Amino acid sequence: MTQRDIEIILMRQLASYLVVPIFVVDTKGTLLFYNEPAEALIGRQFDEAGEMQEADWTTVFKPRDEHDAPLPLDSQPLVIALRRQVPAYRRVRITGLDGVARSLEVVAFPLQGQGNRMLGAAAMFWETDHK
Amino acid sequence: MKVTLWGTRGSLPSAGPDTVRYGGNTSCVEVRSENRTLLVLDAGTGIRRLNGTIESDIKRVYVLLTHLHMDHIQGFAFFEPLLRENVQVHVYGPPSTTHDLRTRLTKYLSPPLFPVRLRDLPAQVTLHDVPLGKFDVDGFQVECDLVTHPGPTVGYRISERGSSLVYLPDHEPALGAMRFPVSAQWTSGYDLAANADLLIHDTQYTLPEYAERAGWGHSAIQHAIAFAKLARVKRLVTFHYDPGHSDDFIDGVVRDVAGNSRLPYELTPGQEGMTFHLR
Repeated sequence: MTQRDIEIILMRQLASYLVVPIFVVDTKGTLLFYNEPAEALIGRQFDEAGEMQEADWTTVFKPRDEHDAPLPLDSQPLVIALRRQVPAYRRVRITGLDGVARSLEVVAFPLQGQGNRMLGAAAMFWETDHK
Repeated sequence: MKVTLWGTRGSLPSAGPDTVRYGGNTSCVEVRSENRTLLVLDAGTGIRRLNGTIESDIKRVYVLLTHLHMDHIQGFAFFEPLLRENVQVHVYGPPSTTHDLRTRLTKYLSPPLFPVRLRDLPAQVTLHDVPLGKFDVDGFQVECDLVTHPGPTVGYRISERGSSLVYLPDHEPALGAMRFPVSAQWTSGYDLAANADLLIHDTQYTLPEYAERAGWGHSAIQHAIAFAKLARVKRLVTFHYDPGHSDDFIDGVVRDVAGNSRLPYELTPGQEGMTFHLR
């Protein structure tokens, strides 16, 4: 089993202590971890869902824009942070694995480590319509 | 490969009657290959005792720094080969995100902290920003990776002819872990340490001390014990003792942890002057 890069390990540990929902993905876009607050948005525990490939997490939550139109892959903040290696922000709507639709604000940023190594990206979510 | 501990203390040199057996000098380990290549792990105050073992005709030496905290570089300027014109001294250490090793190291090796500048030393000194990954050093295979400790810090795995030494003197793999150890995949230092013949690992604290100093970059001895088990090493050498821990105190801590658990490897409390032969 290959060990994760130290910056990714520390990012997960930090995320584990924060109340803001956080996703952590690697350079291939594999969703390596989401914290407990994110479980409430996703509708499934991380221990149950496990890692998720980019093709899955970019579609399974049915991401849509503010007007409920499908959100293209290259407009999703986490994908932008990962592929273009720049921070990204936007409002999105998703449907969790529990079937509940949610409106969110998303901030995503690339994880660039020591020696300018590109390690992946992280996204933080704020739910805007608590119901 | 021959490995000798010349400095086992952490944080601060701690000479005195209470630290005679485990030693009061800060981190420095000598590694010799079969062809007598000299590789020095960290340049704490233990380096002064290493000086007495260096051949007068040596042409090239290597110093591998894990990081630049003072207890790991305080002895550097007193490394005797630096005073010889005909010796090449290759120094490897981590850069920061904004400064290279030279810029960082010369903050210490210059006035007002030190009277002599690095460039004024007679030896041919070459500073290398240590690459993350594998590289060769005169018969040794070196693997380097970042580990959990405040500021840029690396650990080293040194291999020769199938034998392996792993050096993690300042390492806090339990940082932030809800329970420790977690899986290997999410444990700092695991890839370096996996299946090592000899692991030299930070054991600065007791568990109650760690609870008060989490995030300071060190391990409780119980963390080192668990980490070594996870990594399936053959022998664990305790290292980087807290300056406040006397010989008797360390004896007691080691006795407690060794008595409480059946270990799948050999546990050796590291003492200054101790030598290991890896074949």
